[in-house]
Amino acid sequence: MFKSLAPPDYLATIDTDKCIRCKRCIQNCGWSVYSWGGDRVLIDTMKCVKCLRCYHYCPVEAIQILDNPVKFKPNAYWSYNNIRNIKKQAETGGMPLTGMGSDLPYPILFDRLLLDACQVTNPSIDPLREPMELRTYLGKKPSKVEVERGEDGELRLKTKMPPQIRLEAPFIFSPMSFGSISLNAQKVLAMAAKECGIIMNTGEGGLHEDLLSYRDHIMVQVASGRFGVNPEYLNAGVAVEIKIGQGAKPGIGGHLPGEKIPLEVAKTRMIPVGTDALSPAPQHDIYSIEDLRQLIYAIKESTNYKPVSVKIATVHNVAAIASGIVRAGADIVYLDGFRGGTGAAPTIIRDHLGIPIEHAVAAVDDRLRQEGIRNEASIVAAGGIRSSADAAKAIALGADAVAIGTAALITMGCTVCGKCYTGNCSWGITTQRPELTARLDPEVYAERLVNLIHAWAHELREILGALGINAVESLRGSRERLRGVGLDDQTLDILGVKPAGR
Amino acid sequence: MNHNFQKDIAGCGLTGIISRKKRRLDGSLIKNSLCLMRDRGNGLGAGYAAYGIYPDFEDFYAFHVMYDDRTSRMEMEEHLKDSYDVEKIEEIPTFPVKSIVISPLLVRYFVKPKKGRLVGGISEDDFVVKTVMKVNSEIEGAYVFSSGKNMGVFKGVGNPKEIAEFYRIEEYEGYIWTGHTRFPTNTPGWWGGAHPFTLLDWSIVHNGEISSYGINKRYLEMYGYKLTLLTDTEVAAYLLDLLVRKHGLDIKTACTALAAPFWKDVDRMEDGRREVLTALRLTYASALLNGPFSLLFGHSKGLVGINDRIKLRPLVAATKDDLVYMASEESAIREICSAPDSVWAPRAGEPVVVEVSEE
Amino acid sequence: MYEIDAKGMYYRKLNELVRKAVGDGEKEILLKNVNGQYYIGDGIREKVKIIIEGVPGNDLAAFMDGPTIIVKDNAQDNIGNTMNSGKVVVHGHAGDVLGYGMRGGKLHVLGDVGYRVGIHMKGLKKQIPVIISGGTAGDFLGEYMAGGILILLGLDEKSDRPLVGDYIGTGMHGGSIFIRGDVDKTRCGAEVGVMEPDDKDMKTIRECLKEFCEDFALDLEEIMKKPFKKLVPVSARPYGNLYAY
Repeated sequence: MFKSLAPPDYLATIDTDKCIRCKRCIQNCGWSVYSWGGDRVLIDTMKCVKCLRCYHYCPVEAIQILDNPVKFKPNAYWSYNNIRNIKKQAETGGMPLTGMGSDLPYPILFDRLLLDACQVTNPSIDPLREPMELRTYLGKKPSKVEVERGEDGELRLKTKMPPQIRLEAPFIFSPMSFGSISLNAQKVLAMAAKECGIIMNTGEGGLHEDLLSYRDHIMVQVASGRFGVNPEYLNAGVAVEIKIGQGAKPGIGGHLPGEKIPLEVAKTRMIPVGTDALSPAPQHDIYSIEDLRQLIYAIKESTNYKPVSVKIATVHNVAAIASGIVRAGADIVYLDGFRGGTGAAPTIIRDHLGIPIEHAVAAVDDRLRQEGIRNEASIVAAGGIRSSADAAKAIALGADAVAIGTAALITMGCTVCGKCYTGNCSWGITTQRPELTARLDPEVYAERLVNLIHAWAHELREILGALGINAVESLRGSRERLRGVGLDDQTLDILGVKPAGR
Repeated sequence: MNHNFQKDIAGCGLTGIISRKKRRLDGSLIKNSLCLMRDRGNGLGAGYAAYGIYPDFEDFYAFHVMYDDRTSRMEMEEHLKDSYDVEKIEEIPTFPVKSIVISPLLVRYFVKPKKGRLVGGISEDDFVVKTVMKVNSEIEGAYVFSSGKNMGVFKGVGNPKEIAEFYRIEEYEGYIWTGHTRFPTNTPGWWGGAHPFTLLDWSIVHNGEISSYGINKRYLEMYGYKLTLLTDTEVAAYLLDLLVRKHGLDIKTACTALAAPFWKDVDRMEDGRREVLTALRLTYASALLNGPFSLLFGHSKGLVGINDRIKLRPLVAATKDDLVYMASEESAIREICSAPDSVWAPRAGEPVVVEVSEE
Repeated sequence: MYEIDAKGMYYRKLNELVRKAVGDGEKEILLKNVNGQYYIGDGIREKVKIIIEGVPGNDLAAFMDGPTIIVKDNAQDNIGNTMNSGKVVVHGHAGDVLGYGMRGGKLHVLGDVGYRVGIHMKGLKKQIPVIISGGTAGDFLGEYMAGGILILLGLDEKSDRPLVGDYIGTGMHGGSIFIRGDVDKTRCGAEVGVMEPDDKDMKTIRECLKEFCEDFALDLEEIMKKPFKKLVPVSARPYGNLYAY
């Protein structure tokens, strides 16, 4: 057998003394690393992705997944991945694929920003015992409200308010389609969204009928492939999102491999079983901003004016693009930073295109304010939100809410191994293989995801309390409460943030 | 880089009086009331606002301007004469006070925008706001600290007694008075940093800190306000101008936007009221004043007192005949009104709105 | 009775005179024309009686340990801050944050009280601080209360103010609040249970109110006619599951 010249990343090992031959590792591994050799478990470590499913299900701690100590000669310029990818490309002639967000060591601005806290001159607030409001409404806001006072002294509203999406906390789940993730994973998102009073997003793969009962907590998405889009679908959720791009692959379309298209996915998407589902880069009815406006209003007309979100990857000129999107009539601008996750993207694209979400939110919020249209749309920040602190910082930079994708999957067992595109996810998340998806019990995992959202909400309340404010809108865009550590003047200027010590 | 300003922080005491019958009271009352709250300030800032003090010029905007030097005065006056009909120019009368060694040059102008300059249907008020924003952000060393009609602000670095004597406060007669003593924790040396803060006939005195300053400021900037004074109180004056004068909300409704009721209470309201409060909260989210505060704001038709949503700063109100008093401490009221008809502590976020009766 | 005219006097001078009088062995001190002077009675440990005419300033009776202070008028904020023993009687109403961390003694207010009254009140064995208001109270009554007794009477039937505000007993983990009238459970902290007082509770209320009624010449039996509600913490650690270990 020809052995690849790209060495395995990991060495799956089993301590045969400890091993009780229960074969759980064989059953659990979606990548077929393990097989039965008659008296012991055989290991094909080339297939191992270090998802740790086998480790967690080994009852005797016999399994270890080691980083392969065999590396190419260290070189500060030619990284291991450079050399390895070249070898793989030489063997296959293909583009190395990847899943999840970029893991390259670009500067992480979230980790260079610190939030404020109160001492003496203004009091902090105890968020556990005193009111602390996280409720957030996504949608267009009027620039002013007209009211009139009736003869009874009561106010009456004269302004007609645009439709809003009510969130009990400024979090939503990122769009992840049925196909890229399993139906059970989508159910986890939907159940948790309902329980937490927030929303999930179908992604571009249509809406499976099992999710219809969660419609008050669902945003449906329309992308270039138009999978499963019909009038019923457009009206099935609280809002509709037009997907222009994705942070992990700006300017690049989606490509759901045929392995992930069994009957149910095919039915929902209205395509043949087992073929690759293609969502090319452009929406072929949007070649310019006026075309976007046309589609936004076509959707509004078809939905009796539900809010429309437009999702874009954060590219260099994001501020001007976002301004155009708002002027085209969008109610929400969804900004997906270059760290944003994906089920499948060419590594070269994921790692080298776009800009970070921190810069993008700051630039877009500034631009919309300069043009006096910040109220015309809500901003959702996405693409690498790892914690409630990232969320708080994104909100302080100007976002109305953040979208959570990878973090939500981690609650379902994901270890960010990055092999989503294979369709072999041993945790039953990014796979359609029934024996694997059956592992993901929606009831059980929804509870874990609810726990995460509740925990982040608590943390956000603690942050607000420390800031001495009791409503999240007082943090939104309040860059005065952020300071930069070790950031250059220009970056500080772009972020609108003072350096620490000032 | 306008985000690079250093924000001022201060603790404070405040007091106010209004005659609902528009009876004019001399400045000794407010002075005595304010001077009582000695421990709420540290002698590094005090000020007074008075309404009804310029009856002979009631149709003119009264600009009170402080100058660092003659050059800034020349620049300002050139600008003023270009755009305004100037009825009168005079130095603001002061009295030497031993402890006040240095003071800026203080001049007042009674002016009206030239008709020819009101192009594009801009109102006189808007024109004046533009002038104030322009002068305060662009003319180095000049600061317009009062710009309303038939009202004026007198403020500076010193304790309440010194500032009152310096400006000869007792010689003015007004139907609304507010006063403020300040405990700044940084940038103490600037006369413009004292309260009240004003725009047109809005005047604000404030105790506490507006922790939402960062977003309130950016929100106002979207509507063309220039926040140059490095203090959180400024936002309150401009927010009222925006919500009441520009957006046409009545004062009570504007207060509801600035100190919005909690969602849990809004959720329990009947439909109509819930709908209004939700619309206000959503639309004016960035105008919400968050953090500990009590505020008194005066305008030509009345006086309003309000504090934050969980009452982290004190406010007491009292009435006696046609007079209504509001202050940080009851003793400040009792100093000038020993036996009020009623005394009460307003509830969190519920404004005390007092208006003068129209003759 | 030793008299001090406080008219126009700064608090430092006034309190110096009070301390001197106490040091000289005066047992009863009358302060006339008080208005706004801070810190009266602070830190005094002798069992003297201080009578105040006028409105005393903030932090009245802070860290006090023994004296009885009688205020014949209204009083301001922060009365009895961390007070250890003694008594304050206010014949009018009083302001916010009364009895902060109060460790013992009594605070009797005939009229309304403000926000955060009885916050962080403590109590140990027989050292039980008591705050009684004859009027209404603002939000956060008994916040973080760890011990002691808070009684709210709402005696003025014609008052247009609600008997008690929102967030009652939020963070409460000890002590008892007795409210003469109905209590809306949704206005209470999550950790607070609302129940009917038992016989022992009624005995406690009666004992506390007996002295209160003597202070203000009120009819105890009349007050006792209206039923009380008892508020006590029902969970010692309501926030236990907030943290991950």
